[in-house]
Amino acid sequence: MQALTNRSKVVVKKQMNFWERIYLPAILGGIVITIKHLFRKSSTVKYPETKREISQIWRGQHVLKRDDQGAERCTACGLCAVACPAEAITMVAAERVKGEEKLYREEKYASTYEINMLRCIFCGLCEEACPKEAIFLTDRILPTDYGRGEFVFGKDKLVEPVDERVDVTVRQTAAVLEFKTHKQYSHNK
Amino acid sequence: MIEFFIYKAILVVAIFAITLFVAAYSTYAERKVAAFLQDRVGPDRAGPFGMFQPLADGLKFMMKEEIIPDFANKFLFILGPSIAMMTALMAGVVIPWGNSLVIDGKEYFLQIADLNVGILYVFAVVSIGVYGIMIGGWASNNKFSLLGAIRASAQMISYEIAMGLSIIALIITTGTLSLREISMLQTGGVGGHWNFWNVVYQPVGFIIFLICAFAETNRTPFDLPECETELVGGYHTEYSSMKLALYLFAEYINMFISSAVISTLYFGGFNFPFMNDLGLDHNTITIVGSLFFFAKITFFIFFFMWIRWTIPRFRYDQLMNLGWKALIPLAVINIFITGLVIIIKTHYLN
Repeated sequence: MQALTNRSKVVVKKQMNFWERIYLPAILGGIVITIKHLFRKSSTVKYPETKREISQIWRGQHVLKRDDQGAERCTACGLCAVACPAEAITMVAAERVKGEEKLYREEKYASTYEINMLRCIFCGLCEEACPKEAIFLTDRILPTDYGRGEFVFGKDKLVEPVDERVDVTVRQTAAVLEFKTHKQYSHNK
Repeated sequence: MIEFFIYKAILVVAIFAITLFVAAYSTYAERKVAAFLQDRVGPDRAGPFGMFQPLADGLKFMMKEEIIPDFANKFLFILGPSIAMMTALMAGVVIPWGNSLVIDGKEYFLQIADLNVGILYVFAVVSIGVYGIMIGGWASNNKFSLLGAIRASAQMISYEIAMGLSIIALIITTGTLSLREISMLQTGGVGGHWNFWNVVYQPVGFIIFLICAFAETNRTPFDLPECETELVGGYHTEYSSMKLALYLFAEYINMFISSAVISTLYFGGFNFPFMNDLGLDHNTITIVGSLFFFAKITFFIFFFMWIRWTIPRFRYDQLMNLGWKALIPLAVINIFITGLVIIIKTHYLN
């Protein structure tokens, strides 16, 4: 059989010679190797102080976007929940009543919207499925917690606050932008 | 008389405190050395560079739930770690931590007790230390604990023979069992008059002693009594909280004491090169000598850790082969050759 690399060694079970049997030369070789590592730079990233550079298309904590006027974009169509392979998303739909036009963009909205972050695998399929450009994955790293309950994120944690918008331009890929150019979908803008 | 007691009391308390301090910081050093040898950072959260990590560890051990299994023999279960800790602390008594300080014309030796059988005392105390492990492992009434305890005792008994034999060769050359006298014989070293450390005269003995010291303190590559992959935790499987801490702590104290004994026997103890050529007064030489002694001990503690993070554990049959078939014959040959050289030197070369 041809080897994939030239680094493979054929194992031979041969009797150890004298120097191998007294172990000391091998041990000396070993301690020379380890002492060299003592002076090597450590490869640790001390996380909260220094953050590792993350990819442009990093898929972190989700955000539910608002439109330019500050109304929630989500219409509780459920496509994200259907698309979700981990079945992490649940929602309850509600009808918009008079006077709520500033809060919700369309007649139907999600009264509760929950993502179980312990189930979520951060694949980004919800974002892909969303016809309203409401849900996006951001470059934020999910905060840690001691209990499991805290990891079911409701609307309070998911919807972006009106005064501090979350920038998702890096997630709006060419396909997304191309989608926007179509006239027949212009109601989605 | 009262002065004598005060001087001894100060010395005892100081050495007790130093031993515990060094052992506590050995745990920290172990983790740091391990980290550095593996290109990591190690504990660095508690205080600057993680300096308070031993305190945090100690606090954690005290806060942990204390479990004594129902099926364990309660008295022996508690006795085990007590013996391990006590014997570990006792061995420091005969080690000369420095030469003497002269205060108001009186000479105070920096050694708690200058026994004329100092080495034998160390050996006796260390041997009792096995009982701590054996009793603890047996009293746990757990198969893994018992296996660990059996391994520990078998290993210690095997390696104590080679250790003792390697010491005999040293005693032939020095002619005394007192650790203070052995230190004093190595005085000077490199400098005005040439007087080498014992390691120059007994290199083979030193290597045998070093290897046996690793086995005696249950350190890698001979840490079979507590090898996690086979025996869960070995003799301390059933232990928790402070009792576990005592066992782990005793290991570090043993390491400290072994390093001190190795430094005393083979590396000149509190002597340092050029000590008699710099024109220093007696007390300064003593203090600098003690610092040198602690530097030597620190190096050997580092060496213990260095080895631990370099080589894997021996297999049990390899361990026994090495002890009985390699080290003991080698030690006997070493005694024979040393004796021969001494006879030739004293009878034919003078």
